[in-house]
Amino acid sequence: MPQTILEIDQLKKYFHIGKNKRGAIFVRAVDGVSFTVDAGETFGLVGESGSGKSTLAYTVIGMYKPTAGQILYRGQSLGVEAGRRPLALKKELQIVFQDPGSSLNPRQTIRQILEVPLRLHRRELKKSELEQTVIELLQKVELSPDYMYKSPPSIGGGEKQMVGIARALAPNPSLILLDEPTSALDVSVQAKIISKLIELQAELNLTYLFITHDLSLMRNVATRIAIMYLGKICELASASEFFQHPMHPYTQMLLSSVPVVTADEERMKPKRVRSTGEIPSPVNIPPGCSFHSRCSEKSRPCTVDDPGFIEVSPGHLVRCHQFPTDTSAVFDEREILHRQEPGPVPFIAPLVDPFSGLVEGRTSDE
Amino acid sequence: MIDDNRLLDIRNLQVWYRVYGGYLKVLDGVNFHIDKGEKVGLVGETGCGKTTTMKAVLRVLPDRDTKIPGGEIRFQGEDILKMSGPELQRVRSQGIAMIFQDPTAALNPVFTIGQQIGDVIRFSLASRKSRRLEKTTIKSTAMQALKEVSLPDQERMLGNYPIQLSGGMRQRVCISMAITTPRQLLIADEPGTSLDVTIQDQILRLLRELVEKRGTSIILITHSLGVAREMTDRIYVMYAGSMVEVAQSADLFERPLHPYTLGLLGSVPKITGGGITKGIPGRIPDYLHPPSGCRFHPRCPQVLPECSAEKPSFFDLGNGHQVACFLYKRAQCRRQS
Amino acid sequence: MIADRNHRLPPQPSAAPGTPSAWHRFAEQWKKNWFKFSHNRLSVIGLVIVLLVILLAIFAPWVTPYPAHAGAYVDYDNASLSPSALHWLGTDIFGRDILTRIIFSFRGALVMAIVVLAISVPPGVILGLMAGYFKGSWVDTTIMRLTDVFLAMPPLILALAVASVLEPNLMNAMIAVTLMWWPWYTRLVYGMASSLRNEYFVIAAELTGTSKFHILFREILPNCLSPVFTKMALDVGWVILIGASLSFVGLGEQPPTPALGQMVADGAKYMPDLWWMTIFPALAIVLIIFGFNLTGDGVRDMLETRMG
Repeated sequence: MPQTILEIDQLKKYFHIGKNKRGAIFVRAVDGVSFTVDAGETFGLVGESGSGKSTLAYTVIGMYKPTAGQILYRGQSLGVEAGRRPLALKKELQIVFQDPGSSLNPRQTIRQILEVPLRLHRRELKKSELEQTVIELLQKVELSPDYMYKSPPSIGGGEKQMVGIARALAPNPSLILLDEPTSALDVSVQAKIISKLIELQAELNLTYLFITHDLSLMRNVATRIAIMYLGKICELASASEFFQHPMHPYTQMLLSSVPVVTADEERMKPKRVRSTGEIPSPVNIPPGCSFHSRCSEKSRPCTVDDPGFIEVSPGHLVRCHQFPTDTSAVFDEREILHRQEPGPVPFIAPLVDPFSGLVEGRTSDE
Repeated sequence: MIDDNRLLDIRNLQVWYRVYGGYLKVLDGVNFHIDKGEKVGLVGETGCGKTTTMKAVLRVLPDRDTKIPGGEIRFQGEDILKMSGPELQRVRSQGIAMIFQDPTAALNPVFTIGQQIGDVIRFSLASRKSRRLEKTTIKSTAMQALKEVSLPDQERMLGNYPIQLSGGMRQRVCISMAITTPRQLLIADEPGTSLDVTIQDQILRLLRELVEKRGTSIILITHSLGVAREMTDRIYVMYAGSMVEVAQSADLFERPLHPYTLGLLGSVPKITGGGITKGIPGRIPDYLHPPSGCRFHPRCPQVLPECSAEKPSFFDLGNGHQVACFLYKRAQCRRQS
Repeated sequence: MIADRNHRLPPQPSAAPGTPSAWHRFAEQWKKNWFKFSHNRLSVIGLVIVLLVILLAIFAPWVTPYPAHAGAYVDYDNASLSPSALHWLGTDIFGRDILTRIIFSFRGALVMAIVVLAISVPPGVILGLMAGYFKGSWVDTTIMRLTDVFLAMPPLILALAVASVLEPNLMNAMIAVTLMWWPWYTRLVYGMASSLRNEYFVIAAELTGTSKFHILFREILPNCLSPVFTKMALDVGWVILIGASLSFVGLGEQPPTPALGQMVADGAKYMPDLWWMTIFPALAIVLIIFGFNLTGDGVRDMLETRMG
């Protein structure tokens, strides 16, 4: 019986960026997301920029406080920022960031970088054992011990990312969030890292929440996949189901744009949908279904109501008006909105571009 | 013998950089050519030298500390490396245009789109006299260029600043700057890499339409084999400073030959499933002390004794498919006999 | 010629494999630093000047021709002599050898620079770190407004005011200059710290739960130090100049201890006839600043780092 390790329930994260005549303006980065992750699986989140996938991960890990909704880790609520979480909980959840260049302090040595989590979370280690543990961590990611004395600028991107993974493994976590861990890397390096991640998952009983925009990678990594668009999940299914029977028009649009290298893959791609248009700003999300402005299957209800989640086959959920509504299978949305006061917290403060409402700062990863 | 059709011909190009400890011998005899109207892809991973090669073509390598010990780059028969200032200027303004990787960095944030395209139009003309073009001519040329890249509302666009545009639109503006005047060759360095995949798809389709319509040749630099497959007629695979394989696009994917190409193709995840391989063992070589002979031999699963002794040149296997690998030496001999 | 200055080199593997000893790593790092520093010949010239000044200052009593002239000494028979073989830079109105006095004045100048920077830089940097990391909070506001107050005061006038309220001597001149020097470092570090706090490696440290002390001093500070060191190298020259301005108006070292500004002031009355009394001390000031500026450029080249 698979055990649920992470449960996200109607999670919302809005960023308050000012006011206009009609009231406060929010960027609805994450707008009502629900899913569960079982222990030992790899749950994939796919989406383009503005989809909210990174914000979701950052909220789970504690960079942001949720505006509404629940995050439950093994039943324990995670609704506060990392600063307020108990140390034991912080140990369990770790994150690997996208850009290896800026996720490691260029002025420290690898040894110093790896010692930070060890000193904090593995207090039982004596000083003498610290070095040995660092070497063991490096070995786990196939880096030789002399990497201890190197510093990030002198090693390659793939190796830096390996160090980032070693750093995430240092406190012996159970759940690791991986935010586009290989997007900045070459494909052969990516293969090496991903295969190592898969090995480590089996060896150390890890659960992964894997975020990427690369669908071909996702196919080979995730057990279940959710695709996000402008803060909401459009489709959620098992990996094979997702690729063989993509239902949502956005899923089909994404799949048809993936560059592939074999004829077999060509045949698998949906042909009909060609990508058009750009993603609207997350400040002005159109009413109704947020995708309707780019959708080729648009119909009247799409501009009015947001479709709920509909289960088209066991485990396969789609948010789209095309599918007949079976009331028993619709998940209802509860509206709980906490007004977010703009506060002087050191590491949030998104800046707004005055011309277009584009948000910069940490949310610009979307 | 000058082949009229051959637009760009790079022969045995070597480029070294001076660093602490000696020279980084980055380019080690690059051989590359592109003919009129061709779409050629240059595929390679980080550090293989593809950007260096293109920068050498335009001669924008840092002057200090860069050494070009050998080779020639012939554009329409003339060696770029030996050109004088004005000749080079003509090549850069009328012959070859480069579309850079990051559109945000390529556009000056404090000038409007109109001013930037206007600058390109004015300076790409031959003599000083014609630089004093009528403002209206510049404006209409700029608007035409914007129209060609499917940007709506061109008049208003000219007054916009880069920050007001999305990534995809900025990339289109960069492309429009490259096509304001008719050029023979476009070099596109990883176009769309920093953008979402749906937008990248649009940009690539736009590029393909543009070059096919005008008969411009294009060199598409990319690290993605999938992109190269969709966009090009012929593909070069580059590793550690030289070309290891070249073939017609379809041929390369049906019959990849060089062990590096095979490793690369194997590393690409497929949407049909099949799992992830372990990639290619080892790392890219240290250019300060590069491996002897074939630079790939320390990582090659099919290495032969001669690979460390001598560097293989291209062996021709017919239909434009050439491989720089001793495994195929006999195949060429068989073909020739 | 057009050149791409953003050109990225392929990643170079660092020193030989195998675990190197701490000394070996240290030596390798400094060999690389020297390579970068000496890339520009002018920086090396600057370094030579700086080293010369320092050595002359340290060994003044032993290398100067007339060490006694640096103290209370009078010899009217040899007063106001123009430059000659016996007195390379001539003598002043009291008969003291100008070359000797210039070299001795380096001592006071360097001491002032070292003390001023040693006292003003650490608090300035720490305040900037805190204000930058806690940007947007009361910590930031308090510190930066305080900094603004000090920056708003005209520096030389502040120094003059302080020095004239207190007794005029070297120590008080140093206090005066220190008070106006620290805010520049706060500003410098503030800018860097406030942008660095958004870097992922800082966020990673915060998420993992390290103390604020660790984040400020182990994560952020090391990345702020390059511009600080560069500025310090350049500042030595400027502190010496301000010190010379103070001694020019009599608010620094008191006679008979020689000070460059004081010598310029004394000699100015006798221009243009006894030109050597002013010109040579003035040239010495120029030389020192020149040397430290060039060295500062070299330090900047040396410490330049590419992020990742």
